Amino acid sequence: MSDSNGTPRPGWRDGLRESATFDRATLHEIRRAAREGIYDIRGGGAKRRVPNFDDLLLLGASVSRYPIEGYRERCDTDVVLGTRFAKRPLKLDIPITIAGMSFGALSGPAKEALGRGATAMGTSTTTGDGGMTPEEREHSKTLVYQLLPSRYGMNPDDLRRADAIEVVIGQGAKPGGGGMLLGQKISERVAEMRDLPAGIDQRSACRHPDWTGPDDLEIKIEELREITDWEKPIFVKVGATRPYYDVALAVKSGADVVVLDGMQGGTAATQEVFIEHVGIPTLAAIPPAVQALVELGMHRKVQLVVSGGIRSGADVAKALALGADAVSIGVAALVAIGDNAPELGREYEAIGSAAGFYDDWHEGRDPAGILTQDDELAARLDPELGGRRLANYLRTLVQETQTLARACGKSRVQNLEPEDLVALTVEAAAMARVPLAGTDWIPGTEAR
Amino acid sequence: MSVDLTAARTLSLADHTVRELNAALHAPDAERWEVLDPGGRHAIAAGLDAEISVEVAGHVGYYCAGMNQRASVHIRGNCGVGIAENMMSGKVVVDGDASQAAGATAHGGLLVIEGNAAARCGISLKGAEIVVGGSIGHMSAFMAQSGTIAVCGDAGEALGDSIYEARVYVRGEVASLGADCVAKELLEEHRLQLGELLERAGHGDLDPGEFRRYGSARRLYNFDVDDAGEY
Ligand SMILES: Cc1cc2nc3c(=O)[nH]c(=O)nc-3n(C[C@H](O)[C@H](O)[C@H](O)COP(=O)(O)O)c2cc1C
Repeated sequence: MSDSNGTPRPGWRDGLRESATFDRATLHEIRRAAREGIYDIRGGGAKRRVPNFDDLLLLGASVSRYPIEGYRERCDTDVVLGTRFAKRPLKLDIPITIAGMSFGALSGPAKEALGRGATAMGTSTTTGDGGMTPEEREHSKTLVYQLLPSRYGMNPDDLRRADAIEVVIGQGAKPGGGGMLLGQKISERVAEMRDLPAGIDQRSACRHPDWTGPDDLEIKIEELREITDWEKPIFVKVGATRPYYDVALAVKSGADVVVLDGMQGGTAATQEVFIEHVGIPTLAAIPPAVQALVELGMHRKVQLVVSGGIRSGADVAKALALGADAVSIGVAALVAIGDNAPELGREYEAIGSAAGFYDDWHEGRDPAGILTQDDELAARLDPELGGRRLANYLRTLVQETQTLARACGKSRVQNLEPEDLVALTVEAAAMARVPLAGTDWIPGTEAR
Repeated sequence: MSVDLTAARTLSLADHTVRELNAALHAPDAERWEVLDPGGRHAIAAGLDAEISVEVAGHVGYYCAGMNQRASVHIRGNCGVGIAENMMSGKVVVDGDASQAAGATAHGGLLVIEGNAAARCGISLKGAEIVVGGSIGHMSAFMAQSGTIAVCGDAGEALGDSIYEARVYVRGEVASLGADCVAKELLEEHRLQLGELLERAGHGDLDPGEFRRYGSARRLYNFDVDDAGEY
């Protein structure tokens, strides 16, 4: 018996064979459910393998395409979000933003670190379920303020203080589900921001309280524009389920920007069954979203921001090539500022986990001081150092993206296009709507 | 810009857009405003943040007085969905009936509806006070966190489902209570609070002793396997 890396595990004997159906994680979960009588809750995104950007390759230059000289010739990375209606669109230096993560899920210093890193690189951060803290406003030059179903901490002063507004309809990790913050993390400060008693389990609503359906959403967006005098870009964030229709309806409702979050997208806490079994992969979600924008004549006019499992400049380049205007990152940013760091291995083990595997974020005991509301743990995170690490990570993503864009002969990263891509698997070819490598076959469409 | 305490302005939505109206109300040069011909338009007087009073002569659409701060808004008609949604302070009065989600998520201020309010009145309430002269629809006070809802008529089904610390007073019948919402004793403290609220809402003639109080049983505050069916 061996684990997935082929390492024999204790108790191994010749002849023992692990079941592919009832593997160890499955057996463990059955026993846990039998003991506790409640679904498993955790943070992070889907752990199973789904078709993703690794299944795509960029073609690079050839006889018929010539490349851009690295480090000499320009390869622009800036992007403007919210050009459709807003008087003050967001001008970002790089096409990678920090996704909405709530204060409550994250500690104050973690929020500050995200703000510092993003600001250093000329990009935006986003609030989350739980409202805007003064620290994050102070440290984020460009801050997107989320309007969520719970409306915790929602107020018009913060709305006016924000640089953009994001109406959250869903998240890729849990399309159709609300937020969850269990008692351990409802500290006095979090409770006060949310108008809730401290220490209770809190389940955020999954539906907005004052509108249902696209016709109402259009009126809601109009109200938000009126309140903020049509200055701020309005984003609409959807979890990837029916992207063709959802993107079309968001555009019809008057969104300036659509944020599309694939099923691999992280969450602070939700049911494991939700994370692994609801929604479609990021890769599969982009082409129908772009198709909707193109058909409406709105591609590049309503910007598309894609998130869910973005790790490297290769992921960024491939998302842009499929038609996104920018990407957004959650989990990768947390890892960059120090989450699940191997140096803390012993401490992760002490709470029944291991560095690289810790996902009981709802319990609020993160030794890295990031996913916690415990003041002592939070004080361990140095927000300046965290900010520098995030800036370095973002800088690397940008360099990698530029490297690939230049190789494909693009003087602007958004000039990457589906024509630059091929797929390694039939599934990825069908989902991304690009040919299987070495062929001209795009499954599901006529050969081009 | 200083507000002239004596000045009054009249603006007709037959001649002006809602944008023009709201732009004027966001930088007010007068204390009293009258809005004519509202014609059911949406987002009328949304996002006000000044000690002004606005009277609307007719029916309004969705989100009238949305996120109101400090202002006093009086609607001489009926209103659409989400009147005074997320209000922070000030006062909003509706002479007629209100559609769904009246006072949704409101953090502060007073909302008075003289007629009836439809479903989800006071949904996710976060501290404001709502007084309804008539009856309220189903799922009202859903997940209401704090604040007070006083209903002079009846309440529809599933009142106060998953309610947190908000207080609900109903004078008439309650069709049914939602999960974790229970009738509670009306103590002297509540009688005084309710009497004072009714007085401010112009219903001082009613006897607070005729109301019944509802609130959270607090059984769903922390997960318990034996209550799983309630979620
Ligand atoms: C700790 C954490 C908290 C989150 N909180 C929110 C939130 O409050 N609102 C929201 O819309 N999305 C939230 N998300 C989802 C992110 O905004 C984003 O969609 C997701 O993290 C992107 O996928 P990635 O983590 O693979 O980059 C959260 C994600 C994480 C990891």
